[in-house]
Amino acid sequence: MTGDGLLRQAPRLTLILLTLPVAAGFLGTLMPAFWHDARGFHALWAWNGLPRALGLSLSTGVMATAGSLLITLIIVAGLYGSRGFSVIQHLLAPLLSVPHAAAALGLAFLISPSGWIARLFSPWATGWQVPPDLLILNDPWGLSLTFGLIAKEVPFLLLMAIAALPQTDAQRRLLAAQSLGAGRVSGFIVAVLPALYAQLRLPVYAVLAYSMTAVDMAMILGPTLPHTLSVQIVIWMMDPTLSHQSTAAAAALVQLLTVLGALLLWRLAETLLHRLLIGRAEAGLRAPWADGIARRIGAALGLFLAGALFLALGGMALWSVAGLWGFPDPLPESLTLKTWTRSAPDLIESGEMTLRIALLATLAALMLVLACLEAEHRFGLVPGARALWILYLPLLVPQVAFLPGVQVVLLRAGADGTWLAVAAAHLIFVLPYVFLSLAPAFRAWDPRIALAGAALGAPPWTVFVRLRLPMLLRPILTAGAVGIAVSIGQYLPSLLIGGGRIETLTTEAVALSSGGNRRLIGAYALLQMLMPAMCFGLALMVPALAFRNRHGLRVAA
Amino acid sequence: MSGILQLDHLRVSHKGTALVDLNLSVAPGTVLTIMGPSGSGKSTALAAIMGTLPREFDREGRIALEGRDITDLAPHLRRVGLLFQDDILFPHLSVGGNLAFAIPPITKGRAARQSLVEEALASAGLAGFAGRDPATLSGGQRARVALMRTLLARPCALLLDEPFSRLDADLRTQVRGFVFDRIRSAGLAAVLVTHDLEDARAAGGPVVTPLGKVLAAP
Amino acid sequence: MFRRQFMLIAASGCAQMAFGHGALAQSNDWSAILEEAKGQTVYWHAWGGDPKINDFIAWVGDQARERYGVTLEHVKLSSTADAVARVLAERDAGTLSGGAVDMIWINGENFAAMKAQGLLFGPFAEGLPNWVMVDVAGKPAVVTDFTLPTEGFESPWAMAQLVFEYDTARLPEPPRSLGALKDWIAANPGRFTHPQPPDYIGTTFLKQIAYGTLADPSVLQQPVDDASYAATVAPMWAFLDDVTPNLWRSGKAYPSNEPAMGQLLADGEVDISFAFNPGRASAEIAAGNLADTVRTFTLEGGTIGNASFVAIPFNAAHQAGAQLIANLILDPAVQARAQDPNILGFQTVLNISSLSADDQARFAALDLGVATLTPAEIGPALLEPHASWMVRIGQDWIERYGVAQ
Repeated sequence: MTGDGLLRQAPRLTLILLTLPVAAGFLGTLMPAFWHDARGFHALWAWNGLPRALGLSLSTGVMATAGSLLITLIIVAGLYGSRGFSVIQHLLAPLLSVPHAAAALGLAFLISPSGWIARLFSPWATGWQVPPDLLILNDPWGLSLTFGLIAKEVPFLLLMAIAALPQTDAQRRLLAAQSLGAGRVSGFIVAVLPALYAQLRLPVYAVLAYSMTAVDMAMILGPTLPHTLSVQIVIWMMDPTLSHQSTAAAAALVQLLTVLGALLLWRLAETLLHRLLIGRAEAGLRAPWADGIARRIGAALGLFLAGALFLALGGMALWSVAGLWGFPDPLPESLTLKTWTRSAPDLIESGEMTLRIALLATLAALMLVLACLEAEHRFGLVPGARALWILYLPLLVPQVAFLPGVQVVLLRAGADGTWLAVAAAHLIFVLPYVFLSLAPAFRAWDPRIALAGAALGAPPWTVFVRLRLPMLLRPILTAGAVGIAVSIGQYLPSLLIGGGRIETLTTEAVALSSGGNRRLIGAYALLQMLMPAMCFGLALMVPALAFRNRHGLRVAA
Repeated sequence: MSGILQLDHLRVSHKGTALVDLNLSVAPGTVLTIMGPSGSGKSTALAAIMGTLPREFDREGRIALEGRDITDLAPHLRRVGLLFQDDILFPHLSVGGNLAFAIPPITKGRAARQSLVEEALASAGLAGFAGRDPATLSGGQRARVALMRTLLARPCALLLDEPFSRLDADLRTQVRGFVFDRIRSAGLAAVLVTHDLEDARAAGGPVVTPLGKVLAAP
Repeated sequence: MFRRQFMLIAASGCAQMAFGHGALAQSNDWSAILEEAKGQTVYWHAWGGDPKINDFIAWVGDQARERYGVTLEHVKLSSTADAVARVLAERDAGTLSGGAVDMIWINGENFAAMKAQGLLFGPFAEGLPNWVMVDVAGKPAVVTDFTLPTEGFESPWAMAQLVFEYDTARLPEPPRSLGALKDWIAANPGRFTHPQPPDYIGTTFLKQIAYGTLADPSVLQQPVDDASYAATVAPMWAFLDDVTPNLWRSGKAYPSNEPAMGQLLADGEVDISFAFNPGRASAEIAAGNLADTVRTFTLEGGTIGNASFVAIPFNAAHQAGAQLIANLILDPAVQARAQDPNILGFQTVLNISSLSADDQARFAALDLGVATLTPAEIGPALLEPHASWMVRIGQDWIERYGVAQ
């Protein structure tokens, strides 16, 4: 019965695992701000870049969130249920598995004045023999950063929307609204949107918090004079002289307050928009003319974003095998494997480290999530709204506001700079995604199968291992692939907890991005993208092979 | 493997409303039928015997099987078999795998278990079906596999939760005959839940409502 | 980005004499050292992040075994500070002889720290037989490490010097003085930039401007004087204020470091770039990353240069063997190999004209690569300013230009 007791505690244990590091790290991070008569704050106020850096965090974060939400809703409203929608649905997994850094590096090459787009149109269309002196990349308004964030966050919100739509009874509501004479889009806005948004609220908050505080993307695409606040915080933290720790802590506190303020403002805007919507609905919003427009815009936006990401990654792949490739040549003069062969030892080493960390963190997350869900099933526990908030906590609190504190704790324990510590830190971020990915399938599993097993004399453990796990193999492996993709994409936890000594594909790629060796960056970015893609491939292939003679499962999955 | 099933003043209520009130015993080889409209507490009675009653239900009285008090035992320890409306074959296992799953661990050795499976299949007219994917079987074949699987677990009593309602008329008579034959020959105490008068008649045992009103004596 | 071997932010500048240990080394008879060294294993703690350098050190080890029967072990470090910390820990633990570190690849703040704390063996460098060939007059950086006189406590082994790179296909004749560069930038807006300070190379460019604009550049060899600082550096800021509007992206964005700026040259976004390794351009051309029309130049009056050194800890177990290796590295054959762009491409510390005809021929025979200047062409190497300038100028740049207008 002790096994049962342990299982019963699994949800509580998991929630503690999520809250404790965040809370402890939070305190540890912010305390240095108050040392030595709050010297950190004085230094921060004295920095003339502060207003601009703060404004940038706020503007890029809000613009990116509003933009990705709007695009997601247009795609859903215009295309839900159509063939185009299922095409987009199929593109989601590969797009989601692209780490932020790899996407940013690819986009940087795509849009810079000497980048691929400029090369494709020069000189025949533009007349440019040398790249124009245009401030596109790293622009002081953070527009390229916003674009990059939108390209990466739309797939995430779309996935969340697709998961939420069945629970909102969208098809029937839409039909009902349309039978009352509303257009498809207006029907969606009036009948589906409120219920859908209620489900999307937490993911949207996570996107807002992430976009305001992203480090890797901002380092590559964001402004440099000054940097966004989160990037500047990391620069202060990593200063080898350790003389800016208190400034970094003060800035982290300011960053956190800004995120909280932005979340509050967002909530306020939600309420206002909701009122407006109800007003329009009562006024009898019909607008059938909007349908065609939404369908076309939705399809165009989806294709544009997917195309930009695929082109960006294609560019990186091409650079990794490029010989001399000067401006304005649209393609390299020659192709060579030199970059790959020369950097193979480093690539293998950091690739192996990346995979080791990702596998351990994902395995631990899968075990915890399965334990939580099994406990939920066996003891009839009903997770409340608070549990959901805690699940999202690591995604809502800015990483720079608690990871440095975690680092200090680990440093005291002598455990920083080890791959195990990095894997433990990854677990905090991997776990929510694994849970969100696995829970629907786990909860949808027919409980009569467990009952049938019990009636045949099988104890709960046997039912779990011999019936539930194999039948859920595909969603479990998919959740595992999601976890691995999330872990591979982690930049700040690897950098801070690894103390700069653990080199993963992502830390290497971001470090290289400040240098200029695009061929090497291309190799790292490609590998960074291929590894999660291969995991998703395995997640599809293994169950297909294992159950190749089992029709009943193929339909279910 | 036969035994008498005793329901000793078994009462189940939900928020003050009585749903089940049974005080009777089922002899080996006979089928007790519980009849009533949907929502009348038929399934609640089965859940109480199976041990899967949700916590918000109140239960009084005792349940005994072969003289063993199973009232508070976990479902898998009761030795009560269950046939559903659907056959609930495990889709990831072969037909043979489904049957082997049910064989108690006391039967050791691959060969011994294999021969039990073959024997069960042959007696159901399904010899040679061990390697088949359950999804490729017909409805009648699936129903027979489900029953054989239940019997292989050597239950002391059998619960039948409208097991024939999804079958078409021809098949229904055939499968029903097969099931009741097996119950009689195995000497199992069985409880059938149904809203179909034909089923009750074919079962041949007493018919009661969930609240214990006798509709027909054997 | 944590691998820069030249990453130096020196806080301590106090040059304290440290004659505590091994002061007699210089008077030792060299043949006695040769005898003592035989059979020793020397542990050389050196940054191990570049396979080319690791291969070269292994080759030096082969030479040492063949010529002197000394074994060389390369202890590969990720940061020189690790070796310094090790010696410090040994001293604190009372290990005054038989220490684990026999030799360290060192310069700048690490040397300053060890010298100030009396953790170094010596002076020994000027007692090495090959010292006579070192170009002390032409390359004062070999005896002055970030303004700190080495006083024989470290022996040089390679030179680095700021050189400018340009593409002759776009720019036939580069501006070869600071004044000409300023005019050229004004005439060609958007075609020049520098890494964003406090990046080391970016700040080095500011120091180069200081050399060319300050009324008396010799003040750079002293620590920053707070009272006169603003007036002293005013001409440098005036120069920058002049050129900034005409920099790449109008000075609203900067490349983050040397490789990023190199990529801008490769992409044709700028016409002039610069690097601290005179052989970089040739190596990049050979690797197919730069067009073969790229060439290098230096400024009239010289560009900033510095040297890498080896030092021996006071408690090293194998001091004789370490001195022997330090001397071996100064051998013309070894120096010529280090200068070979296919091996390392490091600049020699020797005075070529002082060598025998045979040894001069070794250097003459080197194919330095199409873009690399010969030792004669590269011009004088200016001394690194005192470390306090780097910190101060870097901070001020952020104040002045760190928030784009």
